[in-house]
Amino acid sequence: MKYKGKFGEYGGFYVPEVLMPALEELEEAFYKYYQDKEFVTQLNKLLGDYAGRPTPLYYAARFSERLGLKVFLKREDLLHGGAHKVNNTLGQGLLAKFMGKTKLIAETGAGQHGLATAMIGALFGFDTKIFMGTTDIERQSVNVHKMKLCGAEVIPVEGGTGTLKDAINDALRYWTANVTDTFYLFGSACGPHPYPTVVRHFQSCIGKETRRQCLEKIGSLPDMVVACVGGGSNAIGIFSGFLGDKDVRLIGVEAGGEGIKTGKHAASLVAGRIGVLHGSKAYLLQDEQGQVLETESVSAGLDYPAVGPEHCLLKDTGRAEYVEADDDDVLDAFELLSKSEGILPALESAHALAYLCSVKESLSPDITAVVNLSGRGDKDVGIVEKYRPVMTK
Amino acid sequence: MTTYKETFGKLNRAALIPFFVIGDPDFETSLSVVKSAIDAGADVLELGIPFSDPIADGPTIQKADIRALNAGMTVRKALDFIKRVTDYKSIPIGLLVYYNLVYQYGTEKFLKDFKAAGGSSVLVADLSIDDSDEIAGPAKEAGLETVFMITPVTTDERAERIAEKTTGFIYTVSLLGVTGERASLSNMVKPLVTKLKTLTDVPVCVGFGVSSPQHAKAIAAAGADGVIIGSRIVKMIEDNLNDKQKMQSEISVFITQVKSVLE
Ligand SMILES: Cc1ncc(COP(=O)(O)O)c(C=O)c1O
Repeated sequence: MKYKGKFGEYGGFYVPEVLMPALEELEEAFYKYYQDKEFVTQLNKLLGDYAGRPTPLYYAARFSERLGLKVFLKREDLLHGGAHKVNNTLGQGLLAKFMGKTKLIAETGAGQHGLATAMIGALFGFDTKIFMGTTDIERQSVNVHKMKLCGAEVIPVEGGTGTLKDAINDALRYWTANVTDTFYLFGSACGPHPYPTVVRHFQSCIGKETRRQCLEKIGSLPDMVVACVGGGSNAIGIFSGFLGDKDVRLIGVEAGGEGIKTGKHAASLVAGRIGVLHGSKAYLLQDEQGQVLETESVSAGLDYPAVGPEHCLLKDTGRAEYVEADDDDVLDAFELLSKSEGILPALESAHALAYLCSVKESLSPDITAVVNLSGRGDKDVGIVEKYRPVMTK
Repeated sequence: MTTYKETFGKLNRAALIPFFVIGDPDFETSLSVVKSAIDAGADVLELGIPFSDPIADGPTIQKADIRALNAGMTVRKALDFIKRVTDYKSIPIGLLVYYNLVYQYGTEKFLKDFKAAGGSSVLVADLSIDDSDEIAGPAKEAGLETVFMITPVTTDERAERIAEKTTGFIYTVSLLGVTGERASLSNMVKPLVTKLKTLTDVPVCVGFGVSSPQHAKAIAAAGADGVIIGSRIVKMIEDNLNDKQKMQSEISVFITQVKSVLE
């Protein structure tokens, strides 16, 4: 490996020996192509014509009015596939193509990364397999159908609680057996090096665009940038545009589930301890022994016990703040944005909105906040119906 | 304490190395199964501490991990278990463990306590040679041997570095994939063992997918110094959860059979 893949003490590549050659190959290919003229030209064309970039920065006037501050939404929900995930799958997919790979695997929680991988699998003519926990298959069934329609095979994962962590376990096991011809298209800015760096790079278009749009639309930088954090890809994507702007507060919102005190949550940065899972050292939800804990969240995409290494470093240095939003508040925020703006946010993204709702009283009305609306909520209508029957009646 | 050097040195045949998940299906049963494996002729033991997310393991060992964890196995109890085994008989014990468990316990303390319990070597499943500093130094300090894996996709350059860092034995993974039973033996065994023999003097053992006395025989014939059998034996625990007598005797019989083809 050329680089250590460390963010402070976090990150690294804690994987069995058998996976090392594939990670080395990926690292080498990434550094060979990510600034290559031909690669960049092709990727930008796809991001524009296929995915729909740039996405708008939208001033949510009625939502702002309800909160008593100025809220701009970075509309990643308008991208093809309905989430920011396609930024990364186009990038890594093109990389796979440049590397001459024809077989893809990916894990998915909410199904958004699975769908975005299935889409580009069809686009590039790859043979695509998506690993998805059985709980998630049930609660995000719409996305399962979409993945299959795009020609991907969806492989149900029974282990653990049938959520994202278990899907990653089985994808890694499958990769181990098929490592010579299969590209693992990892969905978030976590996992072993070089994934945190690769995914951050391909998601950094969000931050670059947002910063430029702020200057154009607002005439200044925002006071705060808020994003939900699962593995951390949409958050690091938008944060990366503002890391040097010390006056811009960066706030990552994790899944508070039923509340931190209940233990039923997925807030690794808020409530975890440093540990090693899925190839990376990071804040991790674990018991005293180091056994990884089960997580809970209304949103499948945030239901993960670890988090990307760069966020761990940003937490320690204080450059970014990490908080959690509980399921109940998330559903309230989902409802509020839907009713006030006619925009259904993904339950993941609704965490970022919920945070703003929870602190609105303490913020002055001239505060400008940008929320990364990482995805749209169509996939979650069934869940919302279940938790809040009245909302859809 | 018997060292690897002594053990491998005095055998004029390949060593038989069964693998067990510590505490599968519970502490006492696991202990009697391991003792009977020793009685049946195991030369070295490979023992695993159960982990919630064993990414290098197939379904059989995953289930064993869950059984052991559900029965209350902890890292401390696993170390007690090892002590109980080495009290029973002086036999080299190689440990297989996932890094987070070591890290949470405190790497140095863990290795010291494992050594005190009578252990011989550690293999951290999710620590490659590039991160070996996190384990190799403290292991040496504690007086433990190191074991690293080599697979069919390991480049020569990596294999050389691995051989250099290995003091115990090289764990040769003869196939691409996680642990689990396989119908036939990988055709990579012979070329891999032959290559490793030119790179190093430390014993070369072969594991993953070894499922029958015939497999063991072929591995020995390929020139390996040891045969590691995991899932095949762990499956015998799974299949006989309601009859511990049968569990023990099936495993003993199997180990005796494998031993006889190696002798
Ligand atoms: C819409 C949306 N936002 C956010 C996430 C969380 O992932 P990350 O933290 O990598 O952005 C997901 C994951 O599935 C998602 O679908």
